[in-house]
Amino acid sequence: MLAFLSKRMALLAFTMLVVSALVFAAFEFTPGQVARKVLGPFATQDQVDRLTEELGLNRPVVVRYGEWLGNTLTGDLGYSTLYKTDVNKIIGDRLQNTLLLAGIAFAIIVPLSIILGISAGMKEGSFLDRSISVASIVTTSVPEFASGVFLASIFVIWLGWLPGTSPLDTGTGWSIWQQLVLPVCVMVLYDLGYVVRMVRASMVEVMTRPYIRTAILKGLNFRAVILKHALRNAMIAPFTVILLQLNYLVTGVVVVEAVFAYPGFGRMLLEAALAQDVAVVEAGALFAVLISVFTQIAGDLGYMMLNPRIRFS
Amino acid sequence: MSSATAATMDRPQAEGAKRPILELRNVSISYFVRAGELKVVPNISLTLYEGEALGLVGESGCGKSTVAFAIMKYLGGAGRVTGGEILFEGRDMTKMSEAELRGIRGGRMAMVYQDPMSSLNPVITIGKQLMEVPLIHSNVNEAESYKRAVQMLKEVNLPDPEHIMTRYPHQLSGGQQQRVVIAMALMAEPSLLVMDEPTTGLDVTVEAAVLDLVAQLRKRHNSAIVFISHNLGTVVRICDRIGVMYAGELVEEGPIGEVFRDPRHPYTRGLLNCIPTLNADKRTRPLSAIPGQVPPILDRPKGCIFAPRCPAAVPERCSVAPIPTETYGSSGQHRVKCVRMEELPKHERPGTSAAPANANAAQRHDAVLTLDGLKKTYHQAIGMFGGAGYDVHAVDGIDVAAERAETLAIVGESGCGKSTLAKVLTGIELASSGKVTLAGKDIGNTAVENRDGDTKRAIQMVFQNPESTLNPSHTIGYVMERAISKLKRIGGKAARAQVDDLLRTVNLPLEFANRKSRQLSGGQKQRVAIARALAGEPELILADEPVSALDVSVQAAIINLLVDIQKKRGSTLLFISHDLSVVRYLADHVAVMYLGKVMEYGSVADIFAPPYHPYTEALMSAVPIADPDVKQRRIILEGNVPSPQNRPKGCPFATRCPRKVGSICDDTQPPEQVSESGHRIACHIPMTELASVTQVVF
Repeated sequence: MLAFLSKRMALLAFTMLVVSALVFAAFEFTPGQVARKVLGPFATQDQVDRLTEELGLNRPVVVRYGEWLGNTLTGDLGYSTLYKTDVNKIIGDRLQNTLLLAGIAFAIIVPLSIILGISAGMKEGSFLDRSISVASIVTTSVPEFASGVFLASIFVIWLGWLPGTSPLDTGTGWSIWQQLVLPVCVMVLYDLGYVVRMVRASMVEVMTRPYIRTAILKGLNFRAVILKHALRNAMIAPFTVILLQLNYLVTGVVVVEAVFAYPGFGRMLLEAALAQDVAVVEAGALFAVLISVFTQIAGDLGYMMLNPRIRFS
Repeated sequence: MSSATAATMDRPQAEGAKRPILELRNVSISYFVRAGELKVVPNISLTLYEGEALGLVGESGCGKSTVAFAIMKYLGGAGRVTGGEILFEGRDMTKMSEAELRGIRGGRMAMVYQDPMSSLNPVITIGKQLMEVPLIHSNVNEAESYKRAVQMLKEVNLPDPEHIMTRYPHQLSGGQQQRVVIAMALMAEPSLLVMDEPTTGLDVTVEAAVLDLVAQLRKRHNSAIVFISHNLGTVVRICDRIGVMYAGELVEEGPIGEVFRDPRHPYTRGLLNCIPTLNADKRTRPLSAIPGQVPPILDRPKGCIFAPRCPAAVPERCSVAPIPTETYGSSGQHRVKCVRMEELPKHERPGTSAAPANANAAQRHDAVLTLDGLKKTYHQAIGMFGGAGYDVHAVDGIDVAAERAETLAIVGESGCGKSTLAKVLTGIELASSGKVTLAGKDIGNTAVENRDGDTKRAIQMVFQNPESTLNPSHTIGYVMERAISKLKRIGGKAARAQVDDLLRTVNLPLEFANRKSRQLSGGQKQRVAIARALAGEPELILADEPVSALDVSVQAAIINLLVDIQKKRGSTLLFISHDLSVVRYLADHVAVMYLGKVMEYGSVADIFAPPYHPYTEALMSAVPIADPDVKQRRIILEGNVPSPQNRPKGCPFATRCPRKVGSICDDTQPPEQVSESGHRIACHIPMTELASVTQVVF
């Protein structure tokens, strides 16, 4: 166990190093000057040169990377040229906002997809199965911006029950919770169908296994067969997929955040990338790696818990 | 009806008078598929009395498992009992509600399945799975059901039951798993036990131990048993009565002794004639296969369903009207579905009386294949970098030779190294040390991709499963033509002419060249596989369990074909098998392997008569023989084959050997004793002492 964790941690550190170097290199080869972006099109070349010098951007890339790496290791993530403040100050807020959104969505997606997937898969071809399967395909195939606009036109424009934007600012007259409803709904709708189909496929497979027959011919009732014998086996295959959704929810929600003007992590990354704000993008990339590695570790551990064949080998 | 049922239930059991546990009255079972209704079992009737064991035998697709699951009233989505009554303890199962069925299943009536590994839930401990049964059926608390589960595990002879309770299925061996499944079935003291091929897939010594256990438990628990098997030998060991099924019909049924001594249905006779037994070989009698195939379900012949394949059929009597089932003989228990049952001559069981001929002591030929101290060691890595770890000696120093135009059989249980040996011979794996000489050339260290064309031609394989060997998108003709052009460098017309030759050699019609493999039956596919192997006129044909996936009648035909080809072409055959009866029939020389070592090697006559190596002796005593009159000494092997990590330092068989001499067996590698005839036995017991035992089968 200890060996497993230390191996994973070493891998994590290595991945972060490689990713940060790649991001740095990518920015180096992107056309356009950072100082020009900061100062705007009407600044003189002299002003641009001065800012470039001030930010130390005229030094070789290796030196700048080394400096950034050193600072990062001491906990200083650098200065954002876009937001004109320390990265440490903004990234925490943004990450928190996104984790709130992702957390709520995840907390809804997981139990709901398990319940729907299991109910669909326990009797393949039944009416319930077909209804759930069709519904999942439909919701998954509608892109987030479309369902976002669709839901907004119903609940915001027509019914007026919810706010159209979610800046997480109570000054608009809507509570934080009301502002969260639509973004969460869009994410759940988009992601749920996919996970449901994974769970369903696994459940259908499990229901054809001989040990299910054994359980039935033991005299167990259908409920006990499903809950005691099928459920855990059916969760083994989709478990890692479910945890991977956390990655998507944290880093892949740019569209949802853009549609609802949500001050989240994904939008921050997008804006920073457009402004060539390397410090913010680096910090964002590191957190993304961190999150994905941790969900993977959690996935592996959970997989071992569910599947004794892995645990003891 | 219901009052009659109540009466049978309430009536105190009369002394001696047995009450029927299970009655099938004109039961018909169908599967409903897209093509329509498949009447898999048109009409079956049978009665099973308290404590009685009935064996249902027949080839695959004859409906025995369908009957078994119909008894449990579990036929899946597509299957349905379309007529008749299934009376269990007097009550009709077909009319019961799901709740009533639940009360019976696992309680009054329990099942033991084929393939115990997949029948046990992989994520639940053995203990929990066992405890479920009393919790559902006996209305007891956790503590009591735990006690009963441990008690039951003790009864099925599992060592350290408390420990087993905490284990998961994959942590047990196949034999242990099947014991657990049997324990689970017996937990609620059922009055009926349905066993569906319970020993198929187990090694022969494990099979013997499981069968002994079933026989023992039967006496103790007085459960009636329906025992489904394709192996007539296992039925003889367990059952009082036997029912022979063919194409969904029960064609003959009666007490074991009566049916085996005087089979009245030609299909029963056909089955008995095509099973190789431990006391006959190709020199004393040929196997006779049943010609033709089981008719398709949608196109049943009128009258007797076996008539198209029956050697005794008289069309004007057999193929006109449905054949009634009538009793035969004086016992009143022997029932036969054949119009000619009274007039058929007495059935001679071929070969049982003939003494094993010692024909092959005659001349020695030159060796085509020689293995000299062949070893194959795998390194099993532990941890991240694999520095630590241990070696697995899959093949540990083998010296054998296959002579021209003869069959060398390699026999042993799973894990003995026979498949690794095949891999080294074919060049899929390289030998770790030692020599493999094929036709004068050392090939042990040449991987198959580095072998020259001639070496590849010289050694060809026939595999166990013909289904997966042939490419489904190619025609049979193309498959064979390609083999000819690749191996013999001939193309065009000449190659096509040879395809015809090969098809004739394996007794297939020439038009099969245009067919694809899915249009062929299993036996036909195996013929094609053999023809393909013959294409390059190889020095050596390596046949890895070529008949073990086939039904007995098809198996007999393929074995005959191999014998025939060998006679005509002088081919050399290396025959890898776990089936001693087939080996006995087919082989000229035999090597018995255990944990990567050859324990005994010699001519087939030497191997199957004393002196025996204790392992060979145990193997022979474990083989179920389909003849209630053949006597067999029983030697029970305890324990499992040791894992490769902690293999014994001395004799590999020491941990299980019933004739172990003492600590010398554990510590010192046994010497190889050689007799004048070239019979080699690796054992510490002197040859003379090993020779002083009686025949295992007599």
